Amino acid sequence: MNMQLVTGNHAAGHSMSLAGEANRTARGSVCGIYPITPQTEIVEFVARYPFSRGKVIPVESEHSAMGVCIGASMNGARSFTASSSNGLAYMAENVMVAAFYRLPIVMAAVNRTLGPPWNIWADQGDSLMFRDFAWVQLYCDTNQDVADTTLLAFRLAEDPRVLLPVMVCMDAFIVSHTSMEIELATQEQVDRYLPDCKVPHALDPAHPVTMGGMTLPQETLTHRTDLDAAMKQVPAALEEHRARFSDIFGREVSGALTAYRTEDADRIFIASGTISITLRDVVDEWRDKGEKVGMIRIKQFRPFPNEQLEELCRGAPKLAVLDRNYSAGTGGIFWQEVRASLQGRGDHLVQGYLVGVGGGDVVPETIREVVRDLGERSCVAAPIWKGIEQ
Amino acid sequence: MNAVNPEYTSPDCLLRPGNTNCGGCGMSTALTMLGRALANEHYSLVIPACCGIVAAGAFPTTSYNVPVLASTFASSPAFATGVAAVNELNPRSDHQADHVICWAGDGGTYDIGMATLSAAAERNEDIIYICYDNEIYGNTGGQRSSATPAAARTTTTPGGKGETKKEIIEILAAHHVPYAATLSIAHPDDFRRKIRQSLEIRGFRFFLIHAPCPTGWKTEPADSVELVSLAVRSGVFPLYEVIDGLDYRINADPDGTDPAAYYARQKRFTGQEIDLERVKTSLKRKNRRLRELASLRH
Repeated sequence: MNMQLVTGNHAAGHSMSLAGEANRTARGSVCGIYPITPQTEIVEFVARYPFSRGKVIPVESEHSAMGVCIGASMNGARSFTASSSNGLAYMAENVMVAAFYRLPIVMAAVNRTLGPPWNIWADQGDSLMFRDFAWVQLYCDTNQDVADTTLLAFRLAEDPRVLLPVMVCMDAFIVSHTSMEIELATQEQVDRYLPDCKVPHALDPAHPVTMGGMTLPQETLTHRTDLDAAMKQVPAALEEHRARFSDIFGREVSGALTAYRTEDADRIFIASGTISITLRDVVDEWRDKGEKVGMIRIKQFRPFPNEQLEELCRGAPKLAVLDRNYSAGTGGIFWQEVRASLQGRGDHLVQGYLVGVGGGDVVPETIREVVRDLGERSCVAAPIWKGIEQ
Repeated sequence: MNAVNPEYTSPDCLLRPGNTNCGGCGMSTALTMLGRALANEHYSLVIPACCGIVAAGAFPTTSYNVPVLASTFASSPAFATGVAAVNELNPRSDHQADHVICWAGDGGTYDIGMATLSAAAERNEDIIYICYDNEIYGNTGGQRSSATPAAARTTTTPGGKGETKKEIIEILAAHHVPYAATLSIAHPDDFRRKIRQSLEIRGFRFFLIHAPCPTGWKTEPADSVELVSLAVRSGVFPLYEVIDGLDYRINADPDGTDPAAYYARQKRFTGQEIDLERVKTSLKRKNRRLRELASLRH
């Protein structure tokens, strides 16, 4: 086993670089890169990787970084990059184009608070602004999960049934800059796991077409329903590629949802990212007291795993959603999605809690407050803020 | 695939007949000239938002006879960087070049795409960038850009533009790109020579084409070539090239034609006081400086 003590950024950079190198047998890999805290170490890792058929281009903005990835992917190469926070916001137009062009680009998004006010700590509001941009989004909880999910992301993105870009998200600093001992993939394993990258609609001089010309509403409608069809292929494809991952790497990579002690639970707590690790410990505390509580970690935010969630929540009358993000005027974004997902599927009380918005620590006591509050609650209230100093 | 008239797939046909470009469109003529200059070359186009991408027509048809990638407005040099990098990693088996050409209007070049353009020039990407300059946002109905000349009326400068046109060749020369040049559709031989010459160079190559837009300039479509010819002869649009940002060469000397002849035939320059004496003085100074630069030898 190749165990190493590495940060989340290192884990992402390592997996991306090995994936890029694996495509040396096809058209190689090309990345546009641009620094921003806290993801900079990822693009630095990629920039110093000795690719045998690859080119890393340090450009002048995030918008151009994704632009380079689009051009490269449209010319048949494997392409990837990373960004955070306002960098993602600046990149936004081309982020959308990558998906609408059905390009299998992989991007690591290190979730950092959007400014102003300027703040580098963890908050998912940056990548969640792309929820309607046709990217598959996977939220990781540990460094191992980042390393493995990044490889899974390439396999999924390039699956001909899917052909959508994939965003691998992780909490700023808590994952990106914290070292954990994890098992790193070897090139030989990645070569076996990832087939040559094929972009079926890549530029072809023998068949000159115009990519991205004008369409009338009817053709645009077809484009959107094609995106819908591709998104619907993701759950089954993800399971296949997870199984193949286990065969090659000898360990499991987490799937769309991870349920813990939910079987007989009457209260289920739903979270994503690193909060779900702390939540798990708190669930154990309450179970030790004989309380029927459980938790679900949502990893796959797009496409949203409606059916699986409904199945796992079926027996639980009360649900709490813990969001480290905030959509002004409504509440937490995962909370909105869970409510929408369960609408008309059972009679749940779905209470939203805003925890760690702007990067504040979400410690066991924060979550204990949520557990106590939900226990006493008989009707739903507006999303409840946690961590505000009186 | 539908049968295509062989005439429209001949090696020198870039822009096929049947496109919807306006009569007298300078961009359209320039594309035809570009196609002839690049006959038998392998190339693809990256086109940002501009009339050039509208000219492709509606899906699933295309007026272009080469692969085209539509880019976002500011991004054509970034998209082209990605395309060119993959070409570099995957040379053709016959060792011929795979050129990547940005085809962009002045809005995408002088304004919204300036940072992207500057960065690609600074990195000396192996790209040919061609700006067809109609001196307005033509596609949206004729708003001012930083390429709009002083005094020109546009929909956003109804009283005439107060500011001077940006000198884009000077900006590119300051990046020390291997090659930067102006092109005129009234000088087809010069146009062809410069394009062919640029194919021998690797790195960032920049062209500026003076491209009349009868709709925006309020001119007669039949006058387009005559207008750009007047612009060269009167020194309004000098034909020159800059090698490595250092060596300036003038390709056609102004013949003393009064620039008044150029302005008088365009309604965009009527309806308000144009201080022609000021324009003439400014052109004289500009052209004197260009001659001085061209007389220097490094």
